[in-house]
Amino acid sequence: MKKISNKLINWIDERYDLTPVRNLLQHKKVPMHRHSVWYYMGGVTLFLFMVQLFTGILLLLYYRPGEDSAFESVRFIVTEVKFGWLIRNVHSWSANLLVFFAFIHMFSVFFSKAYEKPRELTWVTGFIILVFTLAFGFSGYLLPWNELAFFATKVGTDIVGVLPLVGEPLKVLLRGGEDVTGATLSRFFGIHVAILPAIFSFFLALHLIFIQRQGMHEPEKFKNLPEEKKKYIPFFPDFALKDLLLWVVVFNILIFLALYFPWELGNKADAFAPAPKGIRPEWYFMFMFQSLKFLPPHLWFIEGELFGVIAFGLIGLVWMLIPYIKIKNRQNWKYQPLTILGVVAVVFIFIMTILGYIL
Amino acid sequence: MKLDRRKFLNMLLGIGGIGGIVSIIYPIVSFLNPPKSAEPKVNSLKAGLNSDFPENTSKILKFGRKPVILIKTGKDQYKALSASCTHLDCIVQYKQDTKQIWCACHNGLYDLNGRNVSGPPPKPLEEYDVKLIKEEIVVTKLG
Ligand code: HEM
Ligand code: FES
Repeated sequence: MKKISNKLINWIDERYDLTPVRNLLQHKKVPMHRHSVWYYMGGVTLFLFMVQLFTGILLLLYYRPGEDSAFESVRFIVTEVKFGWLIRNVHSWSANLLVFFAFIHMFSVFFSKAYEKPRELTWVTGFIILVFTLAFGFSGYLLPWNELAFFATKVGTDIVGVLPLVGEPLKVLLRGGEDVTGATLSRFFGIHVAILPAIFSFFLALHLIFIQRQGMHEPEKFKNLPEEKKKYIPFFPDFALKDLLLWVVVFNILIFLALYFPWELGNKADAFAPAPKGIRPEWYFMFMFQSLKFLPPHLWFIEGELFGVIAFGLIGLVWMLIPYIKIKNRQNWKYQPLTILGVVAVVFIFIMTILGYIL
Repeated sequence: MKLDRRKFLNMLLGIGGIGGIVSIIYPIVSFLNPPKSAEPKVNSLKAGLNSDFPENTSKILKFGRKPVILIKTGKDQYKALSASCTHLDCIVQYKQDTKQIWCACHNGLYDLNGRNVSGPPPKPLEEYDVKLIKEEIVVTKLG
């Protein structure tokens, strides 16, 4: 067995030169310190993305987009197809965990300042991935064509319409027409299963290549330790195995959630029925949604909603460009301004999300 | 002289290149923009018999592709309003107990004339004309 695999590796090595792979496996090491746990968050996110790809492709075999078939096909999947309910529940739960871990990953990178030179582009590609992750969530939400999703999509796409000039055309482009109809569903389907996976994979590949080229970020405290005090573990096999162990744990949590907390299908959307109570976006949009609700109808001369949309857009842009923002670090400052900004962001998201559910 | 020729050729290439890119992008963008659907122009709609419609109730009519809410406010008395909330496009409903129009999405309230009275809606609901022709309810677009 060992012989055959050695032969195979030699065969490939002779033709394609495996030095880079060997270097990676033999020399990559991971620093060990108090905050090493955070190194695993990106990996968990990656794992969940693979789960999404896999379950998504399975669902694709039975799902049929269209006003008269989408809801029915999802009902068919969860009632008739063997283990269809499991695949659907895993896809829904994993999507939510994915967003959750992507946020955890992002904030851990933020607070450990891993975005600083030379990892600026790792941060930027990561942010782009996160935006596309949210787009995955938004487009996927509509696909079962149920009441809740129908009205949430109406609201979500209507918000785009408040932008001056580009708002209306953009809304029509998103909806595939004036209103949310079967045309919107076709569009979201195409976006969710073809356009996004293609673009996402591209940026994910960049993100991962950058990480492999540069190795793990070492926090300030760790870097300043004397050489002999710095502890590392090899990436392969030690870190990879720990990664794998965590993936198994997350996988079990995922299956537990999918088994005991099935995702509801609700009622089929009806474009000519009043919106039911309890229309809300997915939890990861809740903080934006809730903030918009708090804005008065008019702020000075512009509409409150427009103000909110522009504000979130600008904040997103600044957040993406964080590595390029230089603030002099004064000795007498106890906390760095950027760290305070991050804490404010986390607290804001947290409070607004909670308010969104209790108000 | 030689350099100038190179410059000239580069410019030509550049123009050609831009032209090529535009001729690819333009059809794609146009393709993404959905065609205006030939919406059947609906100007009026028969909404059933007066006698079949209980007082203090409502129903949503399909006015072409637009939802319209028809409310029977009293004996032979009707109100018809656009059912698309002016806030963010949800479909409104009639509240029998308070005799108001309510949007469940963000708690928007309108009175029976369609005026936005509380919550986030920025504008009133568009009003439609209702006539009784013999016993038939006929809803017509105003203006
Ligand atoms: C689907 C989403 C994402 C996946 C699958 C993913 C995957 C990964 C993986 C596997 C790592 C290496 C392990 C680690 O440091 O945790 C990593 C590192 C990193 N990620 Fe992500 N990531 C995602 C989203 C993001 C986001 C949203 C950001 C920030 C805006 C980001 C910024 C970074 C940075 C700066 C590093 C380098 C940290 C270091 O070297 O220690 N990533 N990512
Ligand atoms: S959509 Fe009606 S109140 Fe917001």
